[in-house]
Amino acid sequence: MSVTAFLTDSTLCIGCKACEVACKEWNGVGEDGLNWTGNSYDNTGALGHSTWRHVKFVEYMPETGFGGNAPELNTWAFSSDVCKHCENAGCLEACPTGAIVRTEFGGVYVQSDVCNGCAYCVVACPFGVVQRNPDDGRAFKCTFCYDRQKAGLIPACAKACPTESIKFGEIESLKLRGAERVEELHSRGMQDANLYDSADTSVGGTHAIFIVRGDPRSYNLPPKAEIPTIYLKKAWTSSAIGAAMLLGGTLVAFLADRQRGPE
Amino acid sequence: MKDPKIRTMPGGRTPDIGSEKRLADIRREAEIRGMVKAVGTRPAGAPFPIAAPQTGYYGIPLLKEPAWTWEIPLYFFVGGASGAAAVVGAIANYTGADRKLVRDAEWIAVAGTVLSPMLLIADLGKPSRFLNMLRVFKPQSPMSVGVWVLMGFSAGASAAAFAGFLQDRYGPSLPLRILENAGQTVSVAFGLPFHNYTGVLIGATVIPVWNENVGNLPIHFGTSGLSAAVGILELMGNDESRALQALGLGAAVIECWEGLRLEAKSSPSLEPLKRGTSGKIVRTGGLLSGPIPLALRTLSLMLGSKHSTKLRRAAAASAIAGSLLTRMGWIYAGHVSARDWRLPLQIPHLAGGSDVEREHRKFV
Repeated sequence: MSVTAFLTDSTLCIGCKACEVACKEWNGVGEDGLNWTGNSYDNTGALGHSTWRHVKFVEYMPETGFGGNAPELNTWAFSSDVCKHCENAGCLEACPTGAIVRTEFGGVYVQSDVCNGCAYCVVACPFGVVQRNPDDGRAFKCTFCYDRQKAGLIPACAKACPTESIKFGEIESLKLRGAERVEELHSRGMQDANLYDSADTSVGGTHAIFIVRGDPRSYNLPPKAEIPTIYLKKAWTSSAIGAAMLLGGTLVAFLADRQRGPE
Repeated sequence: MKDPKIRTMPGGRTPDIGSEKRLADIRREAEIRGMVKAVGTRPAGAPFPIAAPQTGYYGIPLLKEPAWTWEIPLYFFVGGASGAAAVVGAIANYTGADRKLVRDAEWIAVAGTVLSPMLLIADLGKPSRFLNMLRVFKPQSPMSVGVWVLMGFSAGASAAAFAGFLQDRYGPSLPLRILENAGQTVSVAFGLPFHNYTGVLIGATVIPVWNENVGNLPIHFGTSGLSAAVGILELMGNDESRALQALGLGAAVIECWEGLRLEAKSSPSLEPLKRGTSGKIVRTGGLLSGPIPLALRTLSLMLGSKHSTKLRRAAAASAIAGSLLTRMGWIYAGHVSARDWRLPLQIPHLAGGSDVEREHRKFV
C-alpha cells in the first residue's frame, strides 16, 4: 500500500474517451445527456457529478508537426481531466459531515452514505470538480477507484487507456517520470510542454498531475488554484468585529436610553 | 396515412437519382484519394471554435455554480434577524427596558430557530441526513461551525422564550427568571456568531465575487440582520423605543457605507453586484437597507411625534425588505460569478462588454 497518483500525459492522448467509458462502467455512473456542444469533439464539457473522467479537445490554429496533423487542418491536443485529489483539498476542509476523507492512497474520497447534500464542497473546489447530483441530492466525484486500489488494482481509467497517456503509480516515482517526460519532449523540440501540479499554491500539489503543451488555461486548468480555507482568518476576524459592534452598539443604545429616562 | 410508429428522421428526405449519385461520388472519391475533400454540409455551429489562452476552454466555466437556490438566502435572512434579535432582547432585559420589547425579541429569536433548520433541511438533497452534520465538529468548516452555533442558539433562545412565556402566564418566579437569564446569556453567546457567520460561510469559498469581499461580508450581513431585527420589532409595536431608533439609524449608516464601498470599488469580480439582474437585486437591497431607512428615520426624528410612528414603520419595512433582497442578491451574484470563466483563469475582461462568440471568431 503506497501513496499513489495519476500522471496524465496529453501528448500521448488520442482522444478515444476509453477512460470516460471505463470510468462510467466500473463505477456505475449514469448517462448524463447526449448533447452536441459544437466545441470540437467534446460533448461533455466539464467534470461533474456524472463525469469523473473528461477528455478535453483543445483545437489550435493549423501548425505543421504539432500533433502530426495535415497542414491545412486545425491542430488538436487532447487531455483527459480528472479530480485533482489535492494535498490540501478545499472540499475535504469544507465538508461539515466528515463525509469527505483522505484515503490511505492519498486520494480524496466522498463517502456517499455520510454525505448529506449540503453542497458546500461544490463552492470550495478551486477546480470545479465536485458537484451535487440534482436527482440524488448528494455530491459526487472521482473516487480514485478506492475500491480497485483496495484490491491492489489500478484505477479503471488508467487500465483502459490504450496509449498509457494515463499513468498510475507511486506518487514520487510518477513525479520523476513526469519531469523526465517533459525533458524528453523539450529535447524533441516541444519547448511548450510543461508539468501542471499546483504545487506552488495553497493546494500544495495534487495526486493528479498533467503534462500539457502550451498554456494550461487552454485546458481549463487554473494558473493559481487556491483552497478557500486561506480566507478563514480574514472572515472570522470580520465576524468578530461585527459581533463586537452589535454587542457594543446595543449596549450603548439601551444604556443611553435608560439614562435619558422615560419619554 | 403515415404510420405514427415510424419515426421520420430530421429533414425527412426522399431518396432520388440526385441523392444516390452524390453518395456514389463520395464513395468513389474516398476509394481513390483515401479521403473526401468536399465540405458537404457544414454542421450548425461550424467552424468549430478554437480554444486558446484568450478564450479559456471554449469559455466553459471552470468553477461549478453554487447549488443553493431560494432556501439558503432566506435562511441567511432569518438567521441574521433572529440572531441579532436575541442580542437586542437580552441587552434590553439587562438594562431594564420594557417587558414587551424583551418578549417580542425572544419570540423573533425562537421563530428563527424553528425556521432555520426547516430551510436548511429543505435545501439538503437528502433531508433525512441533516443529522449527519452533528456527527462531527470541524472548526475549519464554516458550515460545521454554523450548524453547531445554530444548535447552541436554538437551545438558549428556546429556554429564554419558554421561561418568559411561563412567567407572563403564571406570574414571576425566581427559578424561571434564572432560566430566562441563563437562556438569554446562551442565546447572546451563540447569537453573536449566528447573526453574521453566513458572511464567513460564503466568503470562504472559491466563488470570486464572494471571496473578494470576505473581509466585509460578515459585517455587512450582520448589520443587515440587525436592521431586519430592529424593523420586525418596530412593526410588532415597539415603535416608541429610542434605543431601537438609534440601532436602526446606526445599521442604516453602516449599510450606506457598505454600499458606497462596493460602488466605489471597480473590479471585474464585482460585476455581478452591479450588472444584470443580480446587480439590480443587490442595488435595490442596498438602497432599501441604507439610504432610505436613514432618510426616513432622520425625518421622523425631525418631524416629531406627529408623523414619527408612520415614518419609523416605513423605515422598518424598507429595512426588512432590503435585508432579504441583499441576501438574495448576493447568492444570485455568486451564481453569476461562477459562470464567469475568465476570473479563475486570470484572463482579462475585454472592454465594452465581452462575449465568447466574438473572441472565437477572432481566432478561427
